[in-house]
This record gives sequence, structure tokens and C-alpha cells, in this order.
Amino acid sequence: MSSSDACIDLVQRLSDLPGVGGDEGAVRDHLWSVVSPHVEAARIDALGSLIVRRGRGGCKVLVDAHMDEVGLLVQQVEKDGWLRFQTVGGIDPRVLPGAVVRVGAAAVPGVIGWKPIHLQTEDDRKRVVPVKDLAIDIGAGGREQAERAVIPGDYAVFATQSGFFGDGLVRGKALDDRVGCALLATALDEAYGCEVHGVFAVQEEIGLRGAGAAAHAVAPDLALALEGTTCADLPGVDEHEQGSRLGGGPVLRIMDGGMIHDRRVNGLLVAAADQAGIPVQWKGTITGGTDAGRIHTTRGGIPSATLSVPCRYIHSPCAIASRADITHALDLLRGFLRTVAQRGFSA
Amino acid sequence: MKELLARLIEAFGPSGREDAVRAVLGAELQGMGLSAVADPMGNLVAVRPGRAGGARILLAAHMDEIGLIVTHVDANGFARFAAVGGISAQTALGQRVRFADGTVGTIGVERLDDPKDLKLDKLFIDCGGPRAAVRTGEMCVMAGGLQADGGRWIGKAMDDRVGCLVLLEAARALRDSPHEVHFAFTVQEEVGLRGARTAGYTADPELALAIDVTATGDTPKARTMDVALGGGAAVKVRDNSLLAHPYVIDWLRGAAERRGIPHQMEVLEYGGTDAGAIHTVRAGVRSGAVSIPCRYVHTPGEMVDAGDVQACVDLLVEALSAPLP
Amino acid sequence: MDAGALLERLVALPGVSGAEQAVADAVREAWAPVCERVETDALGNVIGLLPADPPDPDAPLLMLAAHTDEIGLVVTQIAPGGFLRLAAIGGIDRRYLPGLQVLVHGRQSLPGMVGTLPPHLTTPEARTKPLPLDEVYVDVGMPEARVRELVRVGDRISVDRPLGRLLGEVAFAKAMDDRASVAALHEALLHLIRRRRSVRVAFVATVQEEVGLRGAATSGYGLQPDLAVAVDVGHARSPGVSEPDASDLGKGPVVAQGANFHPAIVRALLAAAKSEGIPHQREYTPAASGTDAWAIQVARGGVPCGLLSLPLRYMHSPVETLDLGDMRETGRLLAAFAAAVQPDWVRGLLRVLK
Repeated sequence: MSSSDACIDLVQRLSDLPGVGGDEGAVRDHLWSVVSPHVEAARIDALGSLIVRRGRGGCKVLVDAHMDEVGLLVQQVEKDGWLRFQTVGGIDPRVLPGAVVRVGAAAVPGVIGWKPIHLQTEDDRKRVVPVKDLAIDIGAGGREQAERAVIPGDYAVFATQSGFFGDGLVRGKALDDRVGCALLATALDEAYGCEVHGVFAVQEEIGLRGAGAAAHAVAPDLALALEGTTCADLPGVDEHEQGSRLGGGPVLRIMDGGMIHDRRVNGLLVAAADQAGIPVQWKGTITGGTDAGRIHTTRGGIPSATLSVPCRYIHSPCAIASRADITHALDLLRGFLRTVAQRGFSA
Repeated sequence: MKELLARLIEAFGPSGREDAVRAVLGAELQGMGLSAVADPMGNLVAVRPGRAGGARILLAAHMDEIGLIVTHVDANGFARFAAVGGISAQTALGQRVRFADGTVGTIGVERLDDPKDLKLDKLFIDCGGPRAAVRTGEMCVMAGGLQADGGRWIGKAMDDRVGCLVLLEAARALRDSPHEVHFAFTVQEEVGLRGARTAGYTADPELALAIDVTATGDTPKARTMDVALGGGAAVKVRDNSLLAHPYVIDWLRGAAERRGIPHQMEVLEYGGTDAGAIHTVRAGVRSGAVSIPCRYVHTPGEMVDAGDVQACVDLLVEALSAPLP
Repeated sequence: MDAGALLERLVALPGVSGAEQAVADAVREAWAPVCERVETDALGNVIGLLPADPPDPDAPLLMLAAHTDEIGLVVTQIAPGGFLRLAAIGGIDRRYLPGLQVLVHGRQSLPGMVGTLPPHLTTPEARTKPLPLDEVYVDVGMPEARVRELVRVGDRISVDRPLGRLLGEVAFAKAMDDRASVAALHEALLHLIRRRRSVRVAFVATVQEEVGLRGAATSGYGLQPDLAVAVDVGHARSPGVSEPDASDLGKGPVVAQGANFHPAIVRALLAAAKSEGIPHQREYTPAASGTDAWAIQVARGGVPCGLLSLPLRYMHSPVETLDLGDMRETGRLLAAFAAAVQPDWVRGLLRVLK
């Protein structure tokens, strides 16, 4: 299997694992099994991020990808057996009715329904159902039966099975940011001549939490965050609002909601792309943010940039990415690390 | 002071692209015999050595101004944009803008069915046709050089070039001080106090002051605020990023009263300054701010009073010239 | 001094965010006789240090945090007639302002009241909406010249509502958020000095929680603890509040679980509660807990955290209501947890894989 095929396979396996912010263990365990033969040091920090190192000496590069996905947290089991929940991370409440989910480590199946249309009032039909009015139904007859299968504190994820789709596309839940995790884990199979610190961060979706603490501990010379990014190349969306295009290549940014990207680090990415003939696109919107937003203002400042793979329908039960984009992103990541090693970096 | 302020105001420097401002400031500092170094974020910092009995004090004024970033250019050269820092659609409409290479344009608007629909995404920049400077990712700023009239100065980017001026002039006028003073000209304040956070971490000071503009309450039906143009240097008590440390407030107020420097107390119900980022760095820094009263903040017609500016310089010099209380 | 008496003392003191000195002084006074030493850092956090017993300078450091500051108001202008114009510090609910009794902390503490227009001068429509803050003023009943001598722009204004008792152990006051948790820390301290401890403990009365967890962030950085437990009030069921994540008065502290908290610390708090028979409740927090724990968790390279919530009704009102028994049980649970912590277990909170 080629390296890029292995990477895409890894995207799918990671996508199928549950890993809501605060409960990333299963994703972390799988990533550890992939990278452990290749890294020289590894630890799990106070928040649960997996921090690894390959290489010693030379330029210190931090490459970050976040393990967590958006999902649901069960807060209460009602006497009828329904599960009341809260969202973890930014989920549009409109994607919830009709969703099929898996609850807890045992992946208990559940559905989120709503009042049938026949029983809805005029007002009901017009409004968006708030999360507090929704519940997960696991088919239990009452609280006692429900509590044999799930407990408050369990997390629920969308029950999406990953797979190939359309023409050269891959689908799955949590491509944001299992794509980034797969890229980083795959790229760690090579020695680059610089000191690479891989941070598989927790809790990005609820406030870039793991990345800041990890960056403080690693104190690198520069940093690169890997992400799955908004791609709204859809009918009815003006070209200037699309963000990026599927198949347009890995996405670089000038600026987003969290960071004005460092021109020198972007320069290294562009140089690497040019040298390898990798097509890149520049993100056309400035909303959103990544772990780099937290990393770059850590300590005395860490020059940072991002490298993203376009994903349609992020933060929904099922997202789509292009295999070619993923392959190009992997090549660009490898090229970037080689370029850093060759040219060095001084802030 | 006016000539230097004019050069500072006209320098192109939206958040993240402060190079031209840094160059002007670097030359001034060098002329004073202070060598200044740019850190990884681009903050320009000059350190004036102290002596025994002095404290390490960080003073921060931000170099960046608000601006716009081009997000998309159509075939006819009309450019869509997003705000870099706090620019409202109402302020942007009809303004002239300038790119780094001098290309100028006007901000136009789509036809609106209802004035309430006026939002940034209904606006576009028109430079008269396709232009080399107008590409996705390029930034521009509002146009508006310095105009001075009877002690009142008007110009774009008073926020915070006038603060940079105050800091420079304080450095110039400071004869004798026991303190190790870090003069920090920070980046990216307008997009989240980003440069200040790292400058604070690196300097690791015992005390910090931001030098920035603040609003006033002296215009028709203004939000209640006791600060007025001509009322002197404003000593900050509160904004949304910072509750000024009582020790710092007393230090500044004491210095002002000692020298008879006109001053006023400032409570700002919104907004933030570099001190907001600095005071929570590491194990905490006692911080406050000396503010220059300014009307019409975040418009091209920002207005300050020359006397207030001088009062801010005098206050800083007086406070720094003696050991801490 | 016992925790109940300390609580009564603390809620009667003014401590609006950024001006917590009076409360900090009282906490320092209460902790100095029992701690090895008490320090105050740059922003005003009060830190009482308790060594391990038997002493061991290399023992892990456990940080316990509760905040001293309360929400309040600040004078923005002295208007004609000596009336004081206001701005908020922290999350003030304007609903509580009309007729509120306050103290203005100028050169002396002046009693004042939030003025209202009499009913016959307001329209029925105006009476259906809460007053916007810039239409509200404080009246200290003095001529303008005298007010200007005693009060300055920037002076803080706090609610004047000392502790009152309801039935049983239920009590109310302003600033139960979070003085009750500071009292719980004190209760824990009084228990812990009588027990063996394998950890050093830093009791931290933090500042400026209400305006952004600022004291917690800086004290977390400064202390570099190996683990931390924050104590803050949480919403309790009351008329109109019955969310899944509201607790009950009188059923003990709430052990919080979720992304903000290290699972092993959650388990250890529950284990300590069970082994010492301390009544407790559970809550499940999806993301930010809205407490000092959120800031401490990301100090430096990260700190494993836990949180105990004290059930409280009517948070951010002048009549915050809780059960004093819950406060004492919270203190007991903290002490039980701290007494059980072993260095090996602390080391296991982080994992070196290679």
C-alpha cells in the first residue's frame, strides 16, 4: 500500500472512532499504535493530548492536529428512558433531528427524533428545535432499562460509517480533524533532519484547549496546524463566500479569526509546494480558527501557519473530502518539513 | 511632535502588516540612542537600562491600525473584503482606502432594499478597475492624513499612532529614571491584543502600562463617560479587558497631582487595550493605562487634543522619574 | 474561627472584582494562624500554604481555588445633584437594581440606593422592561459638593446585604458566589490540619473570576501545581430552574465531570465521598465550566483539574441562597480527597509512553 493510500485508510479508521472533546481516548490509542514505532519520545499531558517527538537537534517544529470531534454529552436519563443531552463544540441544531448516534464506549445505537409533522402546530413547523427540547431514544422502556446500557456522562457521536464516495472522494464523520491526525501520523514515518514535535491535541472544538498547553511545554521555533477546513463550493453560495474548493488542493491562509499567519512560515509552505509541483489554494474567507490561533501567542510568540484539507459539510453527521487533496496535503507536509530542515528558520 | 505624528499616521500599518510603522519608530528610537529589536511576533522593543532600587516596567503602545483585507476580486476589479479589527459597515461606507503601494479606492455598496441591511458583505472596494495591488489577501487602510486646528488634531489611526508618539516623546524626555523601562511598540492589538501578550511574556515586568486612546463622553447625547477632550491625561480604571490595579492607579494619580498635570479618571464600558493581555501573563502583572482622550474612535476622523497628548507625556515622565511608591 | 463565622464575615465585606482588598485581608487573617505561610501575588490572589504531614518539600502540590470577588458596579460620573452614574463590573442582572441598597466605596463607605422613578411617573409599558444601566443612578442623599469630596469616578459600589437565615440550614446573602466556597476551603483547611497529608496544599482565594478567571490563570501559572480542585457555586433547582444540570440544595456538593476535568480526579473525588459517607451529587459539563478550573487547566503545560460545585439558588442576585450544610460537606470532601492523594497516583495523572 502506498503511503498516501495508507493515509487515506487511516483517515477512515480514525473517522469511525468516537472522540468527542473530553473523551478522545480511543482516537489517541489508535494514533499511538500507528506512530509508536517511528517516534523517539511520547507522553500524554494533563489534558490528554498525545505529544511525540521524532528527531533531535536543528530547527524545532511543532505540527498540530486535533483528535476531538463535535458531538453530544448525555446529562440525564429521564424516567421514560429518553436521554437528555448537550452539544459539545459547534453543532448546528438543525442537523440533529433525524440523526442516528452511537452512545458511550459500547456504541449503543440511538436516534434523535422529533414530533411527527402530523402533530406539529404552525409555529412548530417554523422554528428550529432547540437542543434542550431534543432527546436520544435508545429504545429503552424506562429509566432502569436505559441505565443498564448508558449513564449520564457518556458521549454520543454520529453513527456515520466512513467510505468512498462519488468520484475520488472519501466520506465520514469528523474529517475535521481526523484528516489532520492522519496526515501527521503518516508523515511521522520519515526522518526530516529537523526536530519534529507532533501534537495530537484534545479539545480544539471547545476552545483550542490542548494546543496552547502543548505549545507552552514544547516551546518550538515555529508551528504548523493541520485542519479540515470549510469548503462551501455549493449552489447558492457566492464565489467569495465559499472558503475553498474540493479538489483545489491543500488550503493555505493569510488570516482567519484567530491568527494573521506568519509570512515566513507561509513562504516555506509555498516554496515546498512550488518545488514539488503541488497545487495549493488560498482560503477565501477569514472566519473560523485553528489551534494555531492559540499556539502563536504562547510564550514569547511562535511563528505559525496552517495547512488544511477542504471538507464539505464539516460539523455535520457526514463530511466529504477529496482523495487527491489529502494526497497533495501529505506531500506538502513532508515537503514543508524537508524545506524547514534544509533552510532552517530564525524568528 | 505634530510632524512626527503626521508621519506616524500616514504610515501604512494594518494588523499583521506593521512594517512601515516599525521603520519610522525604529529610526526615531535609534536617533535617541535606544536600540530596538523586533521579536518573533514583530513587536519592536527598546530597553532603557535601570539601576538598583528600580523596577522593570513595560510600556506598550500598538503600531497597528484597523483595516480591510481583500477576500475576492471579480473580473472587473471590484473587491470583496473582511474587516481587520473593528470596522463597522456604517463607518466603511463611502470611505476612501489606500493599499500599501499607494493604490487608492472608494468603498461602494450594493443596492439595499432597507438601510438596516447595511453590512460589510454588501460593500466592496472600487479602485477604478483591476489593479495589481488589489488581490486576495492584500490589506488596505482608511485614507486620511493629519489635520491640525487650534490645538485639536484629526487623522486616521490616532488609535494608536498618537499612543506611539506619546511613548516616543516620553522616551525622549526621560532624563533620569531608576527603572528598567521596556518601550514596546506592539503588533496586532486591534485583532485581539496578540502582540502584547507575547511582549508581556518576554519582558516579564513588575508593572505595565498601555498607552492607547480612549473614548470621551463630551459629544451630543454621548454614552455617559466622565472623560472630555482637553481634560488631560486619562487614568484608566476599567475597560472590558482590564481592571486597573489600584496600586497603579494611585501611582499615576499621585504623579499627576504632584506635578499639577491635568488628568481625569476613565471608566470605559467596552473595549480593551494591550494592558488587558499583559496583566494576565505568567503569574500576573500589576497593570493600568494612560489614555489619550479621543473622539470618533475607529473612524478616519479620530480627534485628540494637543494639550491632552502633552499631559500624557508629562505624566509618564513624572511617574517614571521617581522610585515606585 | 469556624467556616460559618468566616462566611458571615466575608459576605458583609465589599470585594467587587479588582477591589477585593477587604476580603483578601479577612482571608489572610483567618489563614495566617493555621497555614505555614500566607502570600499575596501581583493581582491580589491570597495563597495559604500547608506543608505535607510529615513534612516533605518534594511532595506534590495540590491547589484548591475559590474566588473572593463579587459582581458589582463602578461610578462612571458624578451627575448634577450628586447622583452617581454607573457601569457594571461582571455579569450584573439589571432586574435587581430598582430599589437596591448599596454601599459606595469612596473615601468612606457611603450607604446608597439605586434610584427609581415612582410608579405614577412611569408608563405601564416602561414598567414591563428592565431598566437599562445608563438610566439608573445611585443616590447617597448628599449635596453634590459633598459627594465630590467623598466619591470619585472609578470607585466601586457593592450590594449591601449581609447574611440572613431561612428555615433549617438555608441562608442567603449577596456574594455567596463565591465567598461560600472560600468558607468551604476554610472548612477543608480546619479538617486537614488534623490529618496526615502526602501532598502540600495551596489554598488560593483568587481574584477577578467574574471578569474572566484572571486570578486563577495567574495563580495557576505562579504555583505550577501538580493538580488542582476549584470550588464555585452552581445552579440549584428553584422556581423556573429545572434544567438537567441543576442540583438540589441540601444534598451535598456536586462533583463535576467533563472535558474541563481529569477523569482520575473525578473518580478520586467520588471515591473520597463514598469512603467518608459524604452526600454528593453529579453534574456533566460539556465544555467550559465557567469557573476557575477552566483557566487553571491550561496554565503553562496544563494542570489536571477537578471541580466541586456548591448548589446555589438565584445566582448573581442580592439574595443568593444556599444550605450551610452543603458548604460544610464541601469542605469535608475537599479534606477527604486531599488526605487520600498519594504521590504515585499524582505521577500517574500524566503518562510517559516512550
